[in-house]
Amino acid sequence: MRTRRLTTVVATMAIALGVTTAPAGAQGDKADDVTIRLVTHDSFAVSKSVLRHFTSETGITVEVLAAGDAGAALNQVILTKDDPIGDVFFGVDNTFLSRALDEGIFLRSAVPNGSHVPRSLRLDPSERALPIDHGAVCVNYDKAWFRRHGLAVPRTLEDLAKPKYRDLLVVENPATSSPGLAFVLATVDRFGDDGWRGYWSRLRDNGTEVVNGWEEAYNGSFSAGEGNGDRPLVVSYASSPAAAVYFSEPRPKHSPIGTVLDTCFDQIEFAGVVKGTEHEAEARKLVNFMLSEEFQQDIPLQMFVFPARSDVELPAVFQQFADVPEHPAKLPPGEIDQHREQWIDEWTDTVLR
Amino acid sequence: MSRWARGSMLAVPLLFLGVFFVYPVLTILGRGLWPGGDLDLSPLREVVGDPSMRDIAWFTVWQAALSTLLTLAIGIPAAYALTQFRFRGAALVRALVVVPFVLPTLVVGSAFLAVGVEPSLGAILVAHVFFNYAVVVRTVGGIWAHLDRRQEDAARLLGASRLRTFASVTLPALRPAIAAAGAIVFLFTFASFGVVLVLGGPTRSTLETEIYRQTAQLLDLRTAAALSIIQLVAVLGLLMVTERLQGRRHVALRLQASRDTVRAPRSPGERVFLWANLAIAALLLGGPIAVLVARAFETPHGVGLEHFRALGTLHATSVLFVPPEQAIWNSLSYAAAAAALALAVGGLAAFAIVRTRRAGAIDAALTLPLGVSAVTIGFGFLIALDDPPLDLRTEWILVPIAQALVAIPFVVRLTTPVLRSIDPRLREAAAMLGAPPRRVWREVDLPIAARALAIAGGFAFAIALGEFGATVFLARPDRPTLPVVIYRLLGQPGPSNFGAAMAASTILLVLAGLSVLAVDRARVADVGTF
Amino acid sequence: MLSVEQLTVRFGDQVALDDVALSVDDGEIVCVLGPSGSGKSTLLRAIAGLEPLAAGRVLRDGADLAGIPPQRRGLGLMFQEHTLFPHRDVVGNVAFGPRMHGAGRAAADEQARAMLALVGLADYEHRGVAELSGGEQQRVALARALAPAPAVLMLDEPLGALDRGLRERLVDDLGALFRELGQSVLFVTHDHDEAFGLADRVAILRAGRVEQVGPPAELWRRPETEFVAAFLGWNVVMGSGTGLGRVAIRPDALLLDGDGALAGVVRTRTFRRDHWRLRVALEAAGETVDVVVRDPEPPAPGDRVRLAVDPAGVVRLP
Repeated sequence: MRTRRLTTVVATMAIALGVTTAPAGAQGDKADDVTIRLVTHDSFAVSKSVLRHFTSETGITVEVLAAGDAGAALNQVILTKDDPIGDVFFGVDNTFLSRALDEGIFLRSAVPNGSHVPRSLRLDPSERALPIDHGAVCVNYDKAWFRRHGLAVPRTLEDLAKPKYRDLLVVENPATSSPGLAFVLATVDRFGDDGWRGYWSRLRDNGTEVVNGWEEAYNGSFSAGEGNGDRPLVVSYASSPAAAVYFSEPRPKHSPIGTVLDTCFDQIEFAGVVKGTEHEAEARKLVNFMLSEEFQQDIPLQMFVFPARSDVELPAVFQQFADVPEHPAKLPPGEIDQHREQWIDEWTDTVLR
Repeated sequence: MSRWARGSMLAVPLLFLGVFFVYPVLTILGRGLWPGGDLDLSPLREVVGDPSMRDIAWFTVWQAALSTLLTLAIGIPAAYALTQFRFRGAALVRALVVVPFVLPTLVVGSAFLAVGVEPSLGAILVAHVFFNYAVVVRTVGGIWAHLDRRQEDAARLLGASRLRTFASVTLPALRPAIAAAGAIVFLFTFASFGVVLVLGGPTRSTLETEIYRQTAQLLDLRTAAALSIIQLVAVLGLLMVTERLQGRRHVALRLQASRDTVRAPRSPGERVFLWANLAIAALLLGGPIAVLVARAFETPHGVGLEHFRALGTLHATSVLFVPPEQAIWNSLSYAAAAAALALAVGGLAAFAIVRTRRAGAIDAALTLPLGVSAVTIGFGFLIALDDPPLDLRTEWILVPIAQALVAIPFVVRLTTPVLRSIDPRLREAAAMLGAPPRRVWREVDLPIAARALAIAGGFAFAIALGEFGATVFLARPDRPTLPVVIYRLLGQPGPSNFGAAMAASTILLVLAGLSVLAVDRARVADVGTF
Repeated sequence: MLSVEQLTVRFGDQVALDDVALSVDDGEIVCVLGPSGSGKSTLLRAIAGLEPLAAGRVLRDGADLAGIPPQRRGLGLMFQEHTLFPHRDVVGNVAFGPRMHGAGRAAADEQARAMLALVGLADYEHRGVAELSGGEQQRVALARALAPAPAVLMLDEPLGALDRGLRERLVDDLGALFRELGQSVLFVTHDHDEAFGLADRVAILRAGRVEQVGPPAELWRRPETEFVAAFLGWNVVMGSGTGLGRVAIRPDALLLDGDGALAGVVRTRTFRRDHWRLRVALEAAGETVDVVVRDPEPPAPGDRVRLAVDPAGVVRLP
């Protein structure tokens, strides 16, 4: 009790100090040139100019530590929570949020910009993990393939199990792949505890291919990917159609890829101040900055997901090509954390054995 | 050499191994099996009792055995063809077959997939042969090229048929080399990660992929620790068995300079044999590489350098972006640091090994890192190296250290045979002329070993260049190497990303190829495995 | 002066040297002569400190060398295979010893050059050792061993790898060189000519034991045991039937004489440059003897001959 009170007092003082000594505006503050560490995964991207702006505004330099994929990065932060390797962690998504919170790796940080984020995304009531971006894992389809074969594009999850779409779908193993897991969660949400396994039996019987990672699925099996794939349906992202246009030289007028909006699962990505940091105030500033208009506007073309804030303008290629599901599947993080292993085991039993 | 000197020579490698391997691994295993301070072996019991885990362990063993047999079956004839015959470009071919070995599995996996290979057991086996071909060709071929032909000639003159001669004269002489090569291949395929993950598909896991999943994905350190221990025990067992197979005392082979044994193929049968092997090598090794390179130059406007240029512009605004020259420079400098470390540690170990009776144990200890999951070591670094003076967790030096751990066994294997072949009478002669033991080492062993060390260093450099598994799991300050750049590009959709990834892979290929060629230049008539 | 007392060396259960006693005086050239496997190399290595002793002592000028490592014993050893350093050139090899004894680079090279001149290889300084002929390598090895001026120089089969003509010439050259330098030398060989041509004293070694020691002439005239006699090429006659008893007879002490006491049949006849060697089967004894004959037309195989014995060439055996 005592210590907690003490910590709160100290923390409040620190915040107070931070608030009073840090400049609110864009005047360059040369008070202390602090460097803080942002731990994240290898898919993290933000414009250099945006970060530079942050530094010139606050005098805080950000050193980015990339640590593999999202799961590995999170687990490294958890592993080292008694002696943290960074000050801010970006990259835990809603499928692992509960674990992050249970392990207590974040500090409470109600930052000013947080008020701009829609309530639906604020999955952590304790405001330790703040939503920075969100996207959707959905089934993408190869437009040209369906045109060529004169087949109508599937519209719903149910469609995927229909015989006319036999041997056309490739999914990722939820045990090893984040989008793979998200898709399975979508089916859990849609069909409920009693029905989702039956659905997967039907998918399996319908010739669904399973691979271990997104890369094997998209660039290996997907017919509109970079390999000589033969499957026109793949579990990927709602932003893949936009990426397919943006990262194509020359840019096509239409995206070769579409999204089956009924199959989407909402993926929200969170960041937070790492507990145990020695630069709490500065870390808070960075998290706050991540929710600033400048940073949020930068997100789509850097990471190909949607900014958490709904009040920022999206770039043209996103507006044109990125598909936005109206009602993506969702599951409470707590429930995901509780049943994840069990669901993965059951899925493995149903599909792989 | 005095026990003192020998001891201090051994101290450096053992210290290195202790601090950067044993300590981190024990720490992370401890987290799993010593939660809250008490030894809890229940995870081991759980794992052993779990039928799916047993299946995984069994699959790991038999796919490795199968891969090894296959690689030996293809590699031994190739070893003969590529080292016994004189033909144009022989030296180049011998050098180039090493390039696949040093490539990161991630790059090769993509090449396989891009060509349309479906994840399957067959794909795993073919990929394993692809990577480990060079191990067999160079290890067995290296010795074969120097075997005294006269022993075989004598057998033939006494009436033995070709086959009989091979079976009773050549094969026994080659047995240590075959055992050595087989052991390394088995070790690699046993601990194979990228290949199994990418090309095995979800129905096939090995201990290694399972450890990765438990550690990096689930953070279930208990199960991961149990699996790691099982893997460690298996690897130790393997190393001991090979030590036995190789023979305790290295049989004094009558070795000739290769100049005397290499000849042009004489009969049509020999010519067919040679060309068949060259064709297999071209197809097996050259195929995936050709696919890679082709994709790097394939643009919507035809053949061009677009993707290479894109390496400098794609994602250029991102904070994690580095221009390709920077990535190349990072790769080269990390590799140089790793090579220097590996040379220092491995070289000293080699010197100590040739003088001690416990050579087998030391060699096994230094080879262990090859059989431990990279993610275990990486995570071990995180929690072990967090106190001064070893607060190295987020320091750049960890990358070369991790790379060195993988390269050291090769430095040892490349240097000890040369050291062993130093006539002990040379040392005695030096002693009789007044040189104290340390001086003997400096004046006799060191100069003679220098060339072997140079070659070993070059090889360590090439290995470090392509190392990926350990580096990706370290929370690194952003100084990405080429493999990391490739990994990032491959994780995003869009033809430009993929093309750029292929371009970067091609650059990596060329760098690796150049280092291997440079190393081979330095070799003349020599006695050395690999 | 070097002396060896009760030297015993064992390899496992095998006794390689058994209670060997030997000495080399200042300026003396001593040879240990024996067949292959008799322990000659082991003896040198034991004295050098390269093999541990099971018993006995090695003394240099009265001081026991036990516990003193090879590099500090002040002894030189020239190996049978020369064992030149492959990574150094000729002068590098020869200057090695002086360098190890503290001479600076320049001084060591000076001494090396002087040595090379002494062995007749003055212009060979910067040649690589792989380019040298057998004889040249031998001389470089010799120069290298002599350069640090060891108290006693030990040589293992110094002329073994050379052809006969070269060998004979070098025996004289070496002898002259050593005497000029006043160098104490201990060398081992299996070749009689080498031993007798070079040494002041010869010790015959058999299976690790010294059978006989003495100046060459004495050894040659008076072998004391059956082994020594046979080793030196004497006929060993058991005596039954010849009326001689157990004796050794020099081949040139048996003369073709129509009235000779021994009758026999010529079995083989071998040409030996300046004499013929006949193998004669004695009728009475059932033994075979070698006979040296300087006749240009000696008896042929199958001929019956009679032999007389010159008592000066007969030695009674124990």
